[in-house]
Amino acid sequence: MSEKKEAKKYGFDWGLELKPVYKPEDLKAIEYEKDIGNPGDYPFIRGTFPLMYRSRPPLHRIYSGFLSGEDTHARLRYLFERGMTTMSIALDLPTQLGLDSDDPRAEDEVGRIGVAIDTLQDMEDVLKGIDLGKVSTNITINALAPILLSMYVAVGEKQGVGKNQINIVTQNDILKEYVVRGAWIFPPKPALRTTVDVIEYCAKEIPKASPVSVAAGHIRSSGANAAQEIGWGFEIAFAYLQAALERGMDVDQVASFITFTFHNKLNFFEEAAKYRAARRIWAKLLKERFGAKNPRSLLLRSFGGGGMEELTMQEPLNNIIRETCVALGCILGGVQGIGLCCYDEAYTIPSPEAQLIQMRTVQILMEEANLGDVADPLGGSYYIERLTTELEKAILAVMEEVEKVGGAVKAIENGLIQRICARGAYERQKQIDRGEKVWVGANKYASEGQEWDVQLHEYDPSIRERQIKKLNKVRKERDNAKVERCLQELKRAAESGINMVPFTLEAVKAYATIGEMTGVLRGVFGEFKEPAVF
Amino acid sequence: MSQRRPIRVLMGKPGLDGHDVGAKIVSMALRDRGMEIIYTGLHTTVEQIAQIAIQEDVDVIGLSILSGAHLPIAQKLIRKLKEKGLADVPVVMGGVIPKKDIPVLKEYGIAGVCPFSTPLTEVVETIFKIASTRKRT
Repeated sequence: MSEKKEAKKYGFDWGLELKPVYKPEDLKAIEYEKDIGNPGDYPFIRGTFPLMYRSRPPLHRIYSGFLSGEDTHARLRYLFERGMTTMSIALDLPTQLGLDSDDPRAEDEVGRIGVAIDTLQDMEDVLKGIDLGKVSTNITINALAPILLSMYVAVGEKQGVGKNQINIVTQNDILKEYVVRGAWIFPPKPALRTTVDVIEYCAKEIPKASPVSVAAGHIRSSGANAAQEIGWGFEIAFAYLQAALERGMDVDQVASFITFTFHNKLNFFEEAAKYRAARRIWAKLLKERFGAKNPRSLLLRSFGGGGMEELTMQEPLNNIIRETCVALGCILGGVQGIGLCCYDEAYTIPSPEAQLIQMRTVQILMEEANLGDVADPLGGSYYIERLTTELEKAILAVMEEVEKVGGAVKAIENGLIQRICARGAYERQKQIDRGEKVWVGANKYASEGQEWDVQLHEYDPSIRERQIKKLNKVRKERDNAKVERCLQELKRAAESGINMVPFTLEAVKAYATIGEMTGVLRGVFGEFKEPAVF
Repeated sequence: MSQRRPIRVLMGKPGLDGHDVGAKIVSMALRDRGMEIIYTGLHTTVEQIAQIAIQEDVDVIGLSILSGAHLPIAQKLIRKLKEKGLADVPVVMGGVIPKKDIPVLKEYGIAGVCPFSTPLTEVVETIFKIASTRKRT
């Protein structure tokens, strides 16, 4: 009996057609010592560290924040009590865009998708009683990274925890905000300077910081394929690295301060190969192109996670299984940290139960299934090694395309990356509509008329009033003359081109508001005007 | 019957939310269907949206909101459109919108709602039908 030929296409959107089976011949061109090597050895394809998760279990970032500092603190406590080991703070949109809670433009958004931070007081409320010397924290802040970094440092100082002890990640990846996500304020040039200010300050003062986490995952979620995610992410990272070098820093001072946040789709073989290929490219380029000498500079540190675009509103509990696939890709790929979506995020920001399940997913995979016991468990597989090699070629081709137009800044300015991304997203959506990309329970096997109701997070509209009351109290009680002086000094620093972080820190400590500090910078830098590209 | 000009759609991103993939995908699909798209860009106010709607004489307004602020924004925009004499311009909303909010949005005067994971063809049909109800010259 002859086998029936199916219409289904086997392969990946970055151009690889898959064979039905992979065999020893697929490994022929690969030499173990030269091309692969052991975990912790150059080119790190098999892992960043020799013992991988036995020595460093993956950090699990659970993106949390809503309403006030107190509300967010309570949620963080809830998660800490159930085994959370690292914080990931979600800020509301007014905070991300430098607007105080009483700004008319903030009216409908205070505390909605993250915590409202107006002054240091709010950050103190978020972090109350949490020892900043013992926990690492990720803050998704881009345009205003100096301000949020300063707030964290200031809370540490109040606790008696020095800058050399705190462990903080600021996303501080402004370039991708012009491509996706849109949380920009200033034009790219001053924004890039702000990014480098934070890198430079951390290199001098906060040795355990990760001042830049290139969030290429956002670009993946907005239409990029795996090769473009890594390729563009690296080109963006090189733009930061180059800007820091132009300021007189050394590659070995900067490289180890750059980390990455990537997003997975569900095919965990593809994603594991992605992390493996990415590690090898990063190590090679840092060594060969940038001449890094310190072995630490060659290590790709990546956080992996999922984007909301893989979730369905229909049968939402199925999203738990989807995110389990995402987590598998992360663990099998050897990431340093994981950040999953919650099953209810197609509806709104997550409920405590949904966040708990997200945390349990990784705990179960790591501690019940023991998936981290052996480093790079897929290494040596005919399929995975071939996939890694093919994906590496595709990534390098993407990078070449960007370098041809003069690098990431140019490719974003002329809209190249945005255009490819938007087309990719449109194409993917059409595949979903045609049923070529399957969404179980949504575009295939859908249960018509049956609703699965889940308990959703509820917004509390009284937050704005509460927040304004708190803000006014701070404004009344602080030393306003001192605030004024600090803001003047911040303005001078912004105008003169010296590092703004120390002046931001002083203003933060004087309880200047986010809106006041950003107002000063808007005055000096102006605001970005967005071109329409799609 | 006289030749009708193509349907003109104002695609708006009101509020502070910067996630614009959905707005761009829908815009491309509407364009492929022969409609004209005027995209507001990010971080726009309801005042600006109403202003552009007048200037561009649009037949329908599409809004994409993923920040959860869809209810207050919808209410304000509908009020603003009435104020400006644009009560006849229908508004369609998409984004991250819980089911229970859909009847509320309809009550506010939103003509159509296409929440996250609505098939694109359905979004295009909804906008096309709703826009076609408005008399164009």
